[in-house]
Amino acid sequence: MIRSEILKEIAPILRDQLVVCNIGIPSQELHAIDDQPTNFYMLGTMGLASSIGLGLALAQPKPVIVIDGDGSILTNLGTLPTIGNNAPSNYVLMIIDNGSYGSTGDQPTYTSQRTDLTAMARAAGCARVVEVQDVDTGPALKEALASGEATVMVVKCDSGNAKMPVITMDPVVICDRFMKAVAS
Amino acid sequence: MNIDKRIADDLAANGVSFVTTVPCKQLAGVIEEIDQRDDIFHIPSNKEDEGMGLCAGAWMGGKRPAIIMQNTAIGVTINTLATLIQFYRMPLPMLISYRGELREPVACQVEMAVHTKALLTQLNIPTYHFHWQKDVEELDNILKYTFMCNKPVAILTDANFWGGYGDQ
Repeated sequence: MIRSEILKEIAPILRDQLVVCNIGIPSQELHAIDDQPTNFYMLGTMGLASSIGLGLALAQPKPVIVIDGDGSILTNLGTLPTIGNNAPSNYVLMIIDNGSYGSTGDQPTYTSQRTDLTAMARAAGCARVVEVQDVDTGPALKEALASGEATVMVVKCDSGNAKMPVITMDPVVICDRFMKAVAS
Repeated sequence: MNIDKRIADDLAANGVSFVTTVPCKQLAGVIEEIDQRDDIFHIPSNKEDEGMGLCAGAWMGGKRPAIIMQNTAIGVTINTLATLIQFYRMPLPMLISYRGELREPVACQVEMAVHTKALLTQLNIPTYHFHWQKDVEELDNILKYTFMCNKPVAILTDANFWGGYGDQ
């Protein structure tokens, strides 16, 4: 499966949750598949989805699901120790690990070679880390939400992107409707 | 006056309850003060752009955030300031130790100091420079201004403000 197929499959689970989605094609795919006011789309700033989601989870009690990527995590590797030492129980970081920088032309990341993000998350102090195959994402995500523990999911899947339109929504509108959904 | 407590008191009085820090020797006292307080949640960051991500999330979660960092961080965070904090129009007070200014003992620090105000000006970031300890009296107004206009705002605090480096 590629990322967009996973997102289609888990869209019913995501729909009722606060979701912070990684920059570029992941946000375009989620926006096209099931746009919700509870989705925060990153339009810029490669690497910070996991940090934004962590700040959000620490600031309020609702569950927060971050849809991140292997390339994004590698860009902001300092995030893993911060998550490992601070993540509250309402935080789920789902790393779609397709071994490539999807938004820039599928150039390989180091996770397609020797680098193991699951082991790195554990070494950084993250207590609940699960590695799952693409087909098992839905049940694993439900389990993470029910676990009562901060969870890092590393979802192994194929490289590839769906052709989706660029998000043209104004960032202030994205932020405003998201904040209203958070506060509701 | 205990300057560290004064700064933390002003942050708390303005509802700032989520602070991330990347350390600097000049900032050690205020970081320690913030870490000890019950009315402010302190989360250290490994890098300043990561810290701004945390602050963006905390803001959307209903908290007033702030970041405490060195001016070298301006070189690290330009993209984050432009495409996250400014693009989504979020408030972010940035208490910045202004290394490389008067009474600086480390020559390399001057190399970023000479770019600091120019970069902040280029980014249209309102910038205040605390040189004397009494300048802290502006902090309360600066914080109110920041959360009025929903912009990142820089407060540069140089070595003279912090009382010099002692025997460093």
